[in-house]
Amino acid sequence: MRIGKDLVAAAATPVVLGILAEGESYGYAILQRITALSDGELEWSDGMLYPLLHRLERLGHVHSEWRQADSGRPRKQYRLSEQGAAVLAEQRRQWSVVGDVLSKVWPDDGGPRLRLALGEA
Amino acid sequence: MPIDAPRDLPTDLDALFASWRRWMQRHDAVNAADLAELESHLSDAVDHFVAVGLAPDEAFLVAVKRLGATDELSREYAREHSERLWKQLALTGDGAADDAEQEDAGRPLAFHRRANGLAVALGLGAGAGLAVKAVNLATDDPSQVVLNSAVIVLPFLALWFAWRRRPSLGMLAIVGAVFLGTGLALNLYPFAVPQPAVGTEIAGIAAATEIIAMLGSFVALWLTVGLAYAGDGWRDERTRMDFIRFSGEWFVYYLLIALGGGALSALTVAVFSSIGVDVAQFVGEWVLPLGAAGAVLVAAWLVGAKQRVIENIAPVLTKVFTPLFTLMLLALVVAAIMQWNLVDVSRDLLIAFDLVLVVVVGLLVYSISARDPLLAPGWYDRLQALMLASALVLDAIVLVAMIGRTGEFGFSANKTASLGVNLILLVNLAWALRLQLGFLRRRTGFAALERWQTAMLPVYFAWAAILVVVFPPVFDFA
Repeated sequence: MRIGKDLVAAAATPVVLGILAEGESYGYAILQRITALSDGELEWSDGMLYPLLHRLERLGHVHSEWRQADSGRPRKQYRLSEQGAAVLAEQRRQWSVVGDVLSKVWPDDGGPRLRLALGEA
Repeated sequence: MPIDAPRDLPTDLDALFASWRRWMQRHDAVNAADLAELESHLSDAVDHFVAVGLAPDEAFLVAVKRLGATDELSREYAREHSERLWKQLALTGDGAADDAEQEDAGRPLAFHRRANGLAVALGLGAGAGLAVKAVNLATDDPSQVVLNSAVIVLPFLALWFAWRRRPSLGMLAIVGAVFLGTGLALNLYPFAVPQPAVGTEIAGIAAATEIIAMLGSFVALWLTVGLAYAGDGWRDERTRMDFIRFSGEWFVYYLLIALGGGALSALTVAVFSSIGVDVAQFVGEWVLPLGAAGAVLVAAWLVGAKQRVIENIAPVLTKVFTPLFTLMLLALVVAAIMQWNLVDVSRDLLIAFDLVLVVVVGLLVYSISARDPLLAPGWYDRLQALMLASALVLDAIVLVAMIGRTGEFGFSANKTASLGVNLILLVNLAWALRLQLGFLRRRTGFAALERWQTAMLPVYFAWAAILVVVFPPVFDFA
Protein backbone atom coordinates (compact mmCIF):
# COMPACT_ATOMS: atom_id res chain seq x y z
CA MET A 1 0.00 0.00 0.00
CA ARG A 2 1.24 3.46 -0.81
CA ILE A 3 -0.17 6.44 1.01
CA GLY A 4 -1.67 9.06 -1.29
CA LYS A 5 0.23 12.21 -2.21
CA ASP A 6 -2.09 14.67 -0.46
CA LEU A 7 -2.06 12.74 2.76
CA VAL A 8 1.74 12.51 2.70
CA ALA A 9 1.94 16.26 2.12
CA ALA A 10 -0.42 16.95 5.02
CA ALA A 11 1.42 14.61 7.37
CA ALA A 12 4.92 15.78 6.44
CA THR A 13 5.08 18.82 8.71
CA PRO A 14 3.86 17.18 11.93
CA VAL A 15 5.99 14.09 11.28
CA VAL A 16 9.17 16.10 10.70
CA LEU A 17 8.50 18.37 13.68
CA GLY A 18 7.79 15.29 15.81
CA ILE A 19 11.05 13.65 14.82
CA LEU A 20 12.96 16.86 15.58
CA ALA A 21 11.22 16.94 18.98
CA GLU A 22 13.11 13.74 19.77
CA GLY A 23 16.33 15.69 19.32
CA GLU A 24 18.51 17.48 16.81
CA SER A 25 18.85 15.71 13.49
CA TYR A 26 19.79 16.11 9.81
CA GLY A 27 18.04 15.39 6.54
CA TYR A 28 19.19 11.87 5.81
CA ALA A 29 18.64 10.70 9.39
CA ILE A 30 15.14 12.21 9.41
CA LEU A 31 14.23 10.27 6.28
CA GLN A 32 15.68 7.06 7.74
CA ARG A 33 13.61 7.60 10.85
CA ILE A 34 10.43 8.17 8.84
CA THR A 35 11.06 4.98 6.87
CA ALA A 36 11.70 3.02 10.07
CA LEU A 37 8.63 4.41 11.84
CA SER A 38 6.26 3.77 8.94
CA ASP A 39 7.79 0.47 7.73
CA GLY A 40 8.53 2.22 4.47
CA GLU A 41 4.89 3.07 3.75
CA LEU A 42 5.17 6.81 4.31
CA GLU A 43 7.61 7.78 1.62
CA TRP A 44 8.38 10.57 -0.77
CA SER A 45 11.31 11.57 -2.96
CA ASP A 46 14.25 12.13 -0.64
CA GLY A 47 15.03 15.58 -2.03
CA MET A 48 11.57 16.96 -1.24
CA LEU A 49 12.37 16.97 2.47
CA TYR A 50 14.79 19.87 2.10
CA PRO A 51 12.46 22.54 0.72
CA LEU A 52 10.08 21.55 3.52
CA LEU A 53 12.83 21.98 6.13
CA HIS A 54 13.69 25.36 4.64
CA ARG A 55 10.07 26.45 4.87
CA LEU A 56 9.90 25.40 8.51
CA GLU A 57 13.08 27.35 9.13
CA ARG A 58 11.78 30.47 7.44
CA LEU A 59 8.65 30.27 9.57
CA GLY A 60 10.88 29.97 12.65
CA HIS A 61 9.71 26.47 13.63
CA VAL A 62 13.23 25.04 13.37
CA HIS A 63 16.76 26.41 13.50
CA SER A 64 19.68 25.04 11.54
CA GLU A 65 23.44 24.97 11.79
CA TRP A 66 26.24 23.53 9.68
CA ARG A 67 28.39 21.10 11.65
CA GLN A 68 31.19 18.70 10.93
CA ALA A 69 29.96 15.11 11.10
CA ASP A 70 32.11 12.29 12.50
CA SER A 71 32.90 11.28 8.93
CA GLY A 72 34.42 14.74 8.40
CA ARG A 73 31.60 15.75 6.08
CA PRO A 74 29.75 19.01 6.73
CA ARG A 75 26.16 18.45 7.69
CA LYS A 76 23.24 20.79 8.20
CA GLN A 77 21.69 19.98 11.56
CA TYR A 78 18.15 21.01 12.39
CA ARG A 79 16.58 21.48 15.80
CA LEU A 80 13.12 22.42 16.99
CA SER A 81 12.58 26.00 18.23
CA GLU A 82 10.26 26.97 21.06
CA GLN A 83 7.79 28.21 18.51
CA GLY A 84 8.11 24.92 16.62
CA ALA A 85 7.31 23.00 19.79
CA ALA A 86 4.17 25.08 20.23
CA VAL A 87 3.18 24.46 16.61
CA LEU A 88 3.77 20.75 17.07
CA ALA A 89 1.54 20.68 20.16
CA GLU A 90 -1.19 22.49 18.22
CA GLN A 91 -0.90 20.14 15.24
CA ARG A 92 -1.02 17.19 17.59
CA ARG A 93 -4.32 18.39 19.03
CA GLN A 94 -5.75 18.79 15.53
CA TRP A 95 -4.60 15.38 14.36
CA SER A 96 -5.94 13.66 17.43
CA VAL A 97 -9.36 15.19 16.73
CA VAL A 98 -9.20 13.84 13.17
CA GLY A 99 -8.03 10.48 14.50
CA ASP A 100 -10.90 10.33 16.99
CA VAL A 101 -13.47 11.14 14.32
CA LEU A 102 -12.06 8.52 11.99
CA SER A 103 -12.01 5.83 14.65
CA LYS A 104 -15.66 6.62 15.41
CA VAL A 105 -16.91 6.50 11.82
CA TRP A 106 -14.83 3.38 11.15
CA PRO A 107 -15.84 1.00 13.92
CA ASP A 108 -13.13 -1.34 15.09
CA ASP A 109 -14.30 -4.43 13.24
CA GLY A 110 -11.31 -4.77 10.99
CA GLY A 111 -12.72 -2.94 7.96
CA PRO A 112 -14.79 -4.05 4.98
CA ARG A 113 -12.42 -6.75 3.76
CA LEU A 114 -12.40 -8.59 7.08
CA ARG A 115 -16.17 -8.40 7.36
CA LEU A 116 -16.51 -9.83 3.87
CA ALA A 117 -14.16 -12.66 4.74
CA LEU A 118 -16.08 -13.43 7.92
CA GLY A 119 -19.39 -13.39 6.03
CA GLU A 120 -18.11 -15.92 3.56
CA ALA A 121 -16.79 -18.17 6.28
CA MET B 1 42.15 -6.07 -11.16
CA PRO B 2 40.47 -6.48 -7.82
CA ILE B 3 43.40 -4.97 -5.91
CA ASP B 4 43.13 -1.70 -7.81
CA ALA B 5 39.41 -1.48 -7.48
CA PRO B 6 39.09 0.16 -4.05
CA ARG B 7 41.47 2.90 -5.16
CA ASP B 8 39.75 3.54 -8.47
CA LEU B 9 36.19 3.54 -7.32
CA PRO B 10 36.25 6.59 -5.07
CA THR B 11 37.70 8.54 -7.98
CA ASP B 12 34.85 7.35 -10.18
CA LEU B 13 32.47 8.38 -7.47
CA ASP B 14 34.08 11.80 -7.27
CA ALA B 15 33.62 12.21 -11.00
CA LEU B 16 29.98 11.16 -10.69
CA PHE B 17 29.44 13.63 -7.87
CA ALA B 18 31.13 16.37 -9.88
CA SER B 19 28.94 15.80 -12.92
CA TRP B 20 25.82 15.64 -10.74
CA ARG B 21 26.84 18.94 -9.13
CA ARG B 22 27.34 20.57 -12.54
CA TRP B 23 23.91 19.37 -13.62
CA MET B 24 22.22 20.68 -10.49
CA GLN B 25 23.99 24.04 -10.72
CA ARG B 26 22.07 24.76 -13.89
CA HIS B 27 18.92 25.12 -11.81
CA ASP B 28 18.58 28.67 -10.56
CA ALA B 29 16.35 27.74 -7.66
CA VAL B 30 19.01 25.62 -5.99
CA ASN B 31 21.83 27.67 -4.49
CA ALA B 32 25.26 26.63 -3.27
CA ALA B 33 24.15 25.92 0.31
CA ASP B 34 21.24 23.76 -0.88
CA LEU B 35 23.59 21.90 -3.15
CA ALA B 36 25.99 21.23 -0.29
CA GLU B 37 23.09 19.94 1.78
CA LEU B 38 21.83 17.69 -1.00
CA GLU B 39 25.35 16.45 -1.66
CA SER B 40 25.82 15.58 1.99
CA HIS B 41 22.55 13.67 1.80
CA LEU B 42 23.72 11.88 -1.33
CA SER B 43 27.00 10.85 0.32
CA ASP B 44 25.12 9.43 3.30
CA ALA B 45 22.80 7.51 1.01
CA VAL B 46 25.69 6.14 -1.07
CA ASP B 47 27.48 5.01 2.10
CA HIS B 48 24.31 3.29 3.20
CA PHE B 49 23.80 1.43 -0.08
CA VAL B 50 27.48 0.46 -0.28
CA ALA B 51 27.21 -0.92 3.24
CA VAL B 52 24.32 -3.17 2.17
CA GLY B 53 26.37 -4.50 -0.72
CA LEU B 54 25.92 -2.35 -3.83
CA ALA B 55 28.87 -1.29 -5.95
CA PRO B 56 29.64 2.42 -5.44
CA ASP B 57 28.44 3.52 -8.87
CA GLU B 58 25.24 1.53 -8.50
CA ALA B 59 24.78 3.00 -5.05
CA PHE B 60 25.20 6.45 -6.55
CA LEU B 61 22.59 5.83 -9.22
CA VAL B 62 20.07 4.54 -6.70
CA ALA B 63 20.76 7.46 -4.37
CA VAL B 64 20.29 10.03 -7.14
CA LYS B 65 17.11 8.31 -8.29
CA ARG B 66 15.72 8.41 -4.77
CA LEU B 67 16.45 12.10 -4.52
CA GLY B 68 13.63 12.60 -7.01
CA ALA B 69 13.28 13.99 -10.51
CA THR B 70 15.48 17.07 -10.82
CA ASP B 71 12.79 19.22 -12.40
CA GLU B 72 10.27 18.46 -9.71
CA LEU B 73 12.87 19.05 -7.05
CA SER B 74 13.92 22.33 -8.58
CA ARG B 75 10.28 23.40 -8.81
CA GLU B 76 9.80 22.60 -5.14
CA TYR B 77 12.86 24.68 -4.24
CA ALA B 78 11.60 27.48 -6.45
CA ARG B 79 8.27 27.47 -4.67
CA GLU B 80 9.94 27.81 -1.30
CA HIS B 81 12.62 30.27 -2.43
CA SER B 82 10.64 32.53 -4.69
CA GLU B 83 13.05 35.37 -3.92
CA ARG B 84 15.70 33.60 -6.00
CA LEU B 85 13.57 33.13 -9.02
CA TRP B 86 10.86 35.65 -8.69
CA LYS B 87 11.50 37.23 -12.05
CA GLN B 88 10.40 34.16 -13.99
CA LEU B 89 7.61 33.32 -11.61
CA ALA B 90 6.71 36.92 -11.26
CA LEU B 91 6.50 38.13 -14.76
CA THR B 92 4.57 35.37 -16.28
CA GLY B 93 3.43 32.66 -14.05
CA ASP B 94 5.02 29.99 -16.14
CA GLY B 95 4.98 31.64 -19.52
CA ALA B 96 8.32 33.45 -19.44
CA ALA B 97 10.35 30.37 -18.79
CA ASP B 98 8.53 28.70 -21.65
CA ASP B 99 9.22 31.64 -23.90
CA ALA B 100 12.89 31.58 -23.05
CA GLU B 101 13.02 27.86 -23.75
CA GLN B 102 11.25 28.32 -27.04
CA GLU B 103 13.67 31.05 -27.98
CA ASP B 104 16.59 28.85 -27.04
CA ALA B 105 15.24 25.98 -29.03
CA GLY B 106 15.27 28.20 -32.09
CA ARG B 107 11.55 27.89 -32.64
CA PRO B 108 10.04 31.10 -33.95
CA LEU B 109 8.26 33.13 -31.31
CA ALA B 110 5.46 35.56 -32.00
CA PHE B 111 7.01 38.99 -32.52
CA HIS B 112 5.39 40.63 -29.52
CA ARG B 113 6.61 37.90 -27.17
CA ARG B 114 10.27 38.16 -28.16
CA ALA B 115 12.85 39.60 -25.75
CA ASN B 116 10.48 39.34 -22.82
CA GLY B 117 7.82 41.43 -24.52
CA LEU B 118 10.05 44.42 -25.28
CA ALA B 119 7.88 45.48 -28.20
CA VAL B 120 4.77 45.54 -25.99
CA ALA B 121 6.62 47.45 -23.26
CA LEU B 122 7.85 50.04 -25.76
CA GLY B 123 4.39 50.34 -27.29
CA LEU B 124 2.78 50.89 -23.90
CA GLY B 125 5.57 53.31 -22.96
CA ALA B 126 4.94 55.33 -26.10
CA GLY B 127 1.23 55.20 -25.29
CA ALA B 128 1.86 56.57 -21.81
CA GLY B 129 4.06 59.36 -23.19
CA LEU B 130 1.51 60.32 -25.83
CA ALA B 131 -1.30 60.26 -23.28
CA VAL B 132 0.62 62.71 -21.12
CA LYS B 133 1.26 64.91 -24.15
CA ALA B 134 -2.37 64.70 -25.27
CA VAL B 135 -3.65 65.83 -21.89
CA ASN B 136 -1.08 68.61 -21.93
CA LEU B 137 -2.21 69.83 -25.35
CA ALA B 138 -5.90 69.42 -24.57
CA THR B 139 -5.86 71.34 -21.29
CA ASP B 140 -2.92 73.63 -22.02
CA ASP B 141 -2.26 73.61 -18.30
CA PRO B 142 0.88 71.87 -16.98
CA SER B 143 -0.56 71.68 -13.46
CA GLN B 144 -3.36 69.43 -14.77
CA VAL B 145 -0.75 67.03 -16.14
CA VAL B 146 1.13 66.92 -12.85
CA LEU B 147 -2.07 66.46 -10.87
CA ASN B 148 -3.19 63.60 -13.08
CA SER B 149 0.21 62.04 -13.78
CA ALA B 150 -0.53 58.83 -11.86
CA VAL B 151 -3.98 58.53 -13.40
CA ILE B 152 -2.55 59.00 -16.89
CA VAL B 153 0.64 56.90 -16.74
CA LEU B 154 -0.01 54.05 -14.32
CA PRO B 155 -2.90 52.49 -16.30
CA PHE B 156 -0.30 51.60 -18.92
CA LEU B 157 1.75 49.82 -16.30
CA ALA B 158 -1.39 48.01 -15.16
CA LEU B 159 -2.00 47.03 -18.79
CA TRP B 160 1.53 45.69 -18.99
CA PHE B 161 0.84 43.40 -16.04
CA ALA B 162 -2.57 42.54 -17.41
CA TRP B 163 -0.74 41.27 -20.48
CA ARG B 164 2.19 39.62 -18.68
CA ARG B 165 0.38 38.03 -15.77
CA ARG B 166 -3.20 37.58 -16.98
CA PRO B 167 -5.14 38.48 -13.84
CA SER B 168 -8.80 37.49 -13.81
CA LEU B 169 -11.34 39.77 -15.45
CA GLY B 170 -12.92 40.54 -12.10
CA MET B 171 -9.58 41.79 -10.78
CA LEU B 172 -9.07 43.90 -13.89
CA ALA B 173 -12.50 45.42 -13.42
CA ILE B 174 -11.60 46.37 -9.84
CA VAL B 175 -8.31 47.89 -10.99
CA GLY B 176 -10.09 49.85 -13.70
CA ALA B 177 -12.71 51.06 -11.26
CA VAL B 178 -10.08 52.36 -8.84
CA PHE B 179 -8.34 54.25 -11.64
CA LEU B 180 -11.62 55.70 -12.82
CA GLY B 181 -12.69 56.71 -9.31
CA THR B 182 -9.35 58.38 -8.61
CA GLY B 183 -9.46 60.24 -11.90
CA LEU B 184 -12.99 61.47 -11.23
CA ALA B 185 -12.15 62.60 -7.69
CA LEU B 186 -9.04 64.48 -8.79
CA ASN B 187 -10.78 66.27 -11.64
CA LEU B 188 -14.35 66.83 -10.49
CA TYR B 189 -13.62 68.15 -7.00
CA PRO B 190 -13.77 71.96 -7.10
CA PHE B 191 -10.36 72.62 -5.56
CA ALA B 192 -9.90 76.21 -4.39
CA VAL B 193 -7.54 78.42 -6.33
CA PRO B 194 -5.86 80.56 -3.68
CA GLN B 195 -3.84 83.62 -4.47
CA PRO B 196 -0.41 82.73 -5.75
CA ALA B 197 2.56 82.99 -3.42
CA VAL B 198 0.46 81.96 -0.44
CA GLY B 199 1.69 78.77 1.18
CA THR B 200 3.39 75.90 -0.59
CA GLU B 201 2.91 75.41 -4.27
CA ILE B 202 3.85 72.42 -6.43
CA ALA B 203 3.87 72.90 -10.19
CA GLY B 204 1.08 75.44 -10.07
CA ILE B 205 -1.09 73.46 -7.68
CA ALA B 206 -1.70 75.63 -4.67
CA ALA B 207 -4.61 74.11 -2.73
CA ALA B 208 -3.25 71.98 0.11
CA THR B 209 -5.96 69.35 -0.28
CA GLU B 210 -5.17 69.12 -3.97
CA ILE B 211 -1.49 68.43 -3.32
CA ILE B 212 -2.42 65.89 -0.68
CA ALA B 213 -4.90 64.21 -3.01
CA MET B 214 -2.25 64.05 -5.72
CA LEU B 215 0.30 62.41 -3.42
CA GLY B 216 -2.39 60.03 -2.19
CA SER B 217 -3.23 59.11 -5.77
CA PHE B 218 0.40 58.12 -6.43
CA VAL B 219 0.41 55.68 -3.51
CA ALA B 220 -3.10 54.34 -4.05
CA LEU B 221 -2.65 53.79 -7.77
CA TRP B 222 0.77 52.23 -7.41
CA LEU B 223 -0.74 49.69 -5.02
CA THR B 224 -3.59 49.23 -7.49
CA VAL B 225 -1.01 48.34 -10.11
CA GLY B 226 0.10 45.81 -7.51
CA LEU B 227 -3.37 44.30 -7.69
CA ALA B 228 -2.98 43.84 -11.44
CA TYR B 229 0.41 42.29 -10.73
CA ALA B 230 -0.80 39.89 -8.07
CA GLY B 231 -4.15 39.02 -9.64
CA ASP B 232 -6.15 36.71 -7.46
CA GLY B 233 -3.05 35.92 -5.42
CA TRP B 234 -3.12 39.37 -3.82
CA ARG B 235 -3.85 37.94 -0.37
CA ASP B 236 -0.74 35.81 -0.53
CA GLU B 237 2.11 37.40 1.40
CA ARG B 238 4.76 36.01 -0.93
CA THR B 239 3.10 37.52 -3.98
CA ARG B 240 2.90 40.83 -2.15
CA MET B 241 6.58 40.53 -1.28
CA ASP B 242 7.32 39.92 -4.95
CA PHE B 243 5.51 43.13 -5.81
CA ILE B 244 7.48 45.02 -3.16
CA ARG B 245 10.64 43.59 -4.70
CA PHE B 246 9.44 44.70 -8.09
CA SER B 247 8.76 48.20 -6.75
CA GLY B 248 12.23 48.50 -5.22
CA GLU B 249 14.04 47.37 -8.33
CA TRP B 250 11.78 49.46 -10.54
CA PHE B 251 12.65 52.51 -8.47
CA VAL B 252 16.38 51.88 -8.88
CA TYR B 253 16.04 51.43 -12.62
CA TYR B 254 13.83 54.48 -12.98
CA LEU B 255 16.32 56.59 -11.08
CA LEU B 256 19.17 55.36 -13.29
CA ILE B 257 17.21 56.11 -16.46
CA ALA B 258 16.19 59.53 -15.14
CA LEU B 259 19.78 60.44 -14.29
CA GLY B 260 21.08 59.21 -17.63
CA GLY B 261 18.25 60.85 -19.55
CA GLY B 262 18.67 64.12 -17.69
CA ALA B 263 22.39 64.24 -18.37
CA LEU B 264 21.85 63.42 -22.03
CA SER B 265 19.17 66.09 -22.42
CA ALA B 266 21.34 68.72 -20.73
CA LEU B 267 24.24 67.79 -22.99
CA THR B 268 22.03 67.99 -26.08
CA VAL B 269 20.72 71.41 -25.14
CA ALA B 270 24.26 72.63 -24.46
CA VAL B 271 25.69 71.29 -27.71
CA PHE B 272 22.88 72.71 -29.84
CA SER B 273 23.03 76.09 -28.17
CA SER B 274 26.76 76.22 -28.92
CA ILE B 275 25.92 76.07 -32.63
CA GLY B 276 23.18 78.61 -32.21
CA VAL B 277 20.10 76.35 -32.20
CA ASP B 278 17.81 76.52 -29.16
CA VAL B 279 16.31 73.09 -28.48
CA ALA B 280 15.54 73.72 -24.80
CA GLN B 281 11.88 74.26 -25.56
CA PHE B 282 11.62 71.10 -27.64
CA VAL B 283 13.35 69.09 -24.91
CA GLY B 284 11.13 70.58 -22.23
CA GLU B 285 7.88 70.17 -24.13
CA TRP B 286 8.38 66.84 -25.85
CA VAL B 287 11.39 64.86 -24.68
CA LEU B 288 10.82 65.36 -20.96
CA PRO B 289 7.13 64.37 -20.70
CA LEU B 290 7.40 61.55 -23.23
CA GLY B 291 10.61 60.25 -21.69
CA ALA B 292 9.46 60.47 -18.08
CA ALA B 293 6.24 58.57 -18.84
CA GLY B 294 7.83 56.05 -21.18
CA ALA B 295 10.62 55.28 -18.72
CA VAL B 296 8.00 53.95 -16.28
CA LEU B 297 7.31 51.10 -18.67
CA VAL B 298 10.90 50.62 -19.77
CA ALA B 299 12.01 50.34 -16.13
CA ALA B 300 9.26 47.77 -15.53
CA TRP B 301 10.45 45.77 -18.52
CA LEU B 302 14.07 46.01 -17.36
CA VAL B 303 13.18 44.65 -13.92
CA GLY B 304 11.95 41.47 -15.57
CA ALA B 305 14.40 41.15 -18.41
CA LYS B 306 17.67 42.21 -16.84
CA GLN B 307 17.03 40.87 -13.40
CA ARG B 308 20.50 39.66 -12.57
CA VAL B 309 22.07 43.09 -12.77
CA ILE B 310 19.93 44.39 -9.94
CA GLU B 311 19.82 41.17 -7.97
CA ASN B 312 23.46 41.77 -7.14
CA ILE B 313 23.00 45.45 -6.43
CA ALA B 314 19.97 45.38 -4.13
CA PRO B 315 21.66 43.74 -1.11
CA VAL B 316 24.68 46.01 -1.54
CA LEU B 317 22.51 49.13 -1.69
CA THR B 318 20.68 48.22 1.51
CA LYS B 319 23.97 47.40 3.25
CA VAL B 320 25.41 50.76 2.24
CA PHE B 321 22.41 52.90 3.12
CA THR B 322 21.20 51.27 6.32
CA PRO B 323 24.33 52.26 8.33
CA LEU B 324 24.27 55.76 6.87
CA PHE B 325 20.62 56.18 7.68
CA THR B 326 21.09 54.85 11.18
CA LEU B 327 23.79 57.46 11.78
CA MET B 328 21.58 60.19 10.41
CA LEU B 329 18.65 59.12 12.56
CA LEU B 330 20.78 59.04 15.70
CA ALA B 331 22.04 62.53 14.90
CA LEU B 332 18.48 63.70 14.32
CA VAL B 333 17.33 62.24 17.63
CA VAL B 334 20.13 64.05 19.44
CA ALA B 335 19.37 67.31 17.63
CA ALA B 336 15.65 67.01 18.32
CA ILE B 337 16.25 66.42 22.02
CA MET B 338 18.67 69.34 22.28
CA GLN B 339 16.25 71.76 20.60
CA TRP B 340 13.15 70.67 22.42
CA ASN B 341 10.90 73.23 20.76
CA LEU B 342 9.69 71.46 17.68
CA VAL B 343 6.21 72.89 18.19
CA ASP B 344 7.47 76.27 17.12
CA VAL B 345 9.51 75.14 14.16
CA SER B 346 8.06 75.41 10.75
CA ARG B 347 5.68 72.90 9.29
CA ASP B 348 8.17 72.12 6.53
CA LEU B 349 10.51 70.61 9.07
CA LEU B 350 7.85 68.27 10.39
CA ILE B 351 7.05 67.18 6.86
CA ALA B 352 10.76 66.61 6.28
CA PHE B 353 10.86 64.39 9.38
CA ASP B 354 7.86 62.51 8.06
CA LEU B 355 9.69 61.96 4.80
CA VAL B 356 12.71 60.62 6.66
CA LEU B 357 10.47 58.09 8.39
CA VAL B 358 8.90 57.06 5.10
CA VAL B 359 12.37 56.47 3.70
CA VAL B 360 13.29 54.40 6.78
CA VAL B 361 10.28 52.16 6.29
CA GLY B 362 11.07 51.95 2.58
CA LEU B 363 14.64 50.96 3.35
CA LEU B 364 13.44 48.37 5.87
CA VAL B 365 10.97 46.82 3.46
CA TYR B 366 13.54 46.84 0.67
CA SER B 367 16.15 45.11 2.84
CA ILE B 368 13.61 42.52 3.94
CA SER B 369 12.71 41.85 0.34
CA ALA B 370 16.36 41.55 -0.70
CA ARG B 371 17.40 39.32 2.18
CA ASP B 372 17.78 35.56 2.07
CA PRO B 373 15.17 34.48 4.65
CA LEU B 374 17.27 31.49 5.73
CA LEU B 375 20.33 33.45 6.84
CA ALA B 376 20.85 33.48 10.59
CA PRO B 377 20.55 36.92 12.20
CA GLY B 378 23.84 38.81 12.02
CA TRP B 379 25.39 42.25 12.56
CA TYR B 380 23.28 43.74 9.84
CA ASP B 381 20.03 42.70 11.52
CA ARG B 382 21.25 44.19 14.80
CA LEU B 383 22.05 47.41 12.99
CA GLN B 384 18.59 47.35 11.50
CA ALA B 385 17.11 46.99 14.99
CA LEU B 386 19.10 50.07 16.03
CA MET B 387 17.79 51.95 12.99
CA LEU B 388 14.24 50.96 13.89
CA ALA B 389 14.68 51.97 17.51
CA SER B 390 16.05 55.42 16.63
CA ALA B 391 13.35 55.91 14.02
CA LEU B 392 10.76 55.00 16.63
CA VAL B 393 12.12 57.59 19.07
CA LEU B 394 12.16 60.16 16.30
CA ASP B 395 8.63 59.31 15.29
CA ALA B 396 7.44 59.70 18.86
CA ILE B 397 9.11 63.12 19.06
CA VAL B 398 7.56 64.24 15.79
CA LEU B 399 4.18 62.96 16.91
CA VAL B 400 4.35 64.93 20.15
CA ALA B 401 5.38 68.03 18.24
CA MET B 402 2.55 67.57 15.76
CA ILE B 403 -0.07 67.08 18.43
CA GLY B 404 1.32 70.23 20.05
CA ARG B 405 0.94 72.13 16.81
CA THR B 406 -2.55 70.83 16.25
CA GLY B 407 -3.48 71.84 19.79
CA GLU B 408 -2.19 75.31 19.14
CA PHE B 409 -3.36 75.95 15.58
CA GLY B 410 -6.20 73.45 15.10
CA PHE B 411 -6.59 70.74 12.47
CA SER B 412 -5.61 71.61 8.94
CA ALA B 413 -5.54 69.22 5.99
CA ASN B 414 -1.75 69.13 5.99
CA LYS B 415 -1.44 68.43 9.69
CA THR B 416 -4.13 65.78 9.73
CA ALA B 417 -2.65 64.02 6.72
CA SER B 418 0.85 63.94 8.20
CA LEU B 419 -0.57 62.96 11.58
CA GLY B 420 -2.23 59.94 9.99
CA VAL B 421 0.93 58.97 8.13
CA ASN B 422 2.82 59.36 11.38
CA LEU B 423 0.49 57.13 13.36
CA ILE B 424 0.63 54.42 10.71
CA LEU B 425 4.42 54.60 10.65
CA LEU B 426 4.58 54.56 14.46
CA VAL B 427 2.52 51.37 14.64
CA ASN B 428 4.52 49.84 11.82
CA LEU B 429 7.90 50.72 13.35
CA ALA B 430 6.95 49.63 16.86
CA TRP B 431 5.72 46.22 15.80
CA ALA B 432 8.56 45.82 13.30
CA LEU B 433 11.05 46.51 16.10
CA ARG B 434 9.37 43.93 18.33
CA LEU B 435 9.53 41.34 15.56
CA GLN B 436 13.11 42.27 14.73
CA LEU B 437 14.16 41.76 18.36
CA GLY B 438 12.28 38.46 18.42
CA PHE B 439 14.12 37.45 15.27
CA LEU B 440 17.48 38.45 16.76
CA ARG B 441 16.76 36.31 19.81
CA ARG B 442 15.55 33.60 17.42
CA ARG B 443 12.06 33.59 18.91
CA THR B 444 10.33 34.11 15.59
CA GLY B 445 11.23 33.23 12.04
CA PHE B 446 12.01 35.71 9.34
CA ALA B 447 8.60 34.99 7.84
CA ALA B 448 6.94 36.98 10.64
CA LEU B 449 8.83 40.12 9.54
CA GLU B 450 7.81 39.62 5.94
CA ARG B 451 4.22 38.96 6.89
CA TRP B 452 3.98 42.14 8.96
CA GLN B 453 5.33 44.39 6.22
CA THR B 454 3.11 42.85 3.55
CA ALA B 455 0.11 43.15 5.89
CA MET B 456 0.69 46.92 6.01
CA LEU B 457 0.10 47.38 2.28
CA PRO B 458 -3.73 47.50 2.53
CA VAL B 459 -3.38 50.02 5.38
CA TYR B 460 -1.28 52.30 3.16
CA PHE B 461 -3.83 51.90 0.42
CA ALA B 462 -6.72 52.76 2.75
CA TRP B 463 -5.04 55.92 4.04
CA ALA B 464 -4.05 57.02 0.53
CA ALA B 465 -7.62 56.47 -0.66
CA ILE B 466 -8.93 58.54 2.25
CA LEU B 467 -6.49 61.33 1.31
CA VAL B 468 -7.83 61.34 -2.25
CA VAL B 469 -11.54 60.89 -1.65
CA VAL B 470 -12.41 62.06 1.85
CA PHE B 471 -9.95 64.84 2.60
CA PRO B 472 -10.88 67.41 -0.06
CA PRO B 473 -14.60 67.66 0.90
CA VAL B 474 -13.86 67.51 4.63
CA PHE B 475 -11.39 70.38 4.40
CA ASP B 476 -13.49 72.45 1.99
CA PHE B 477 -11.15 71.90 -0.96
CA ALA B 478 -8.81 74.47 0.59
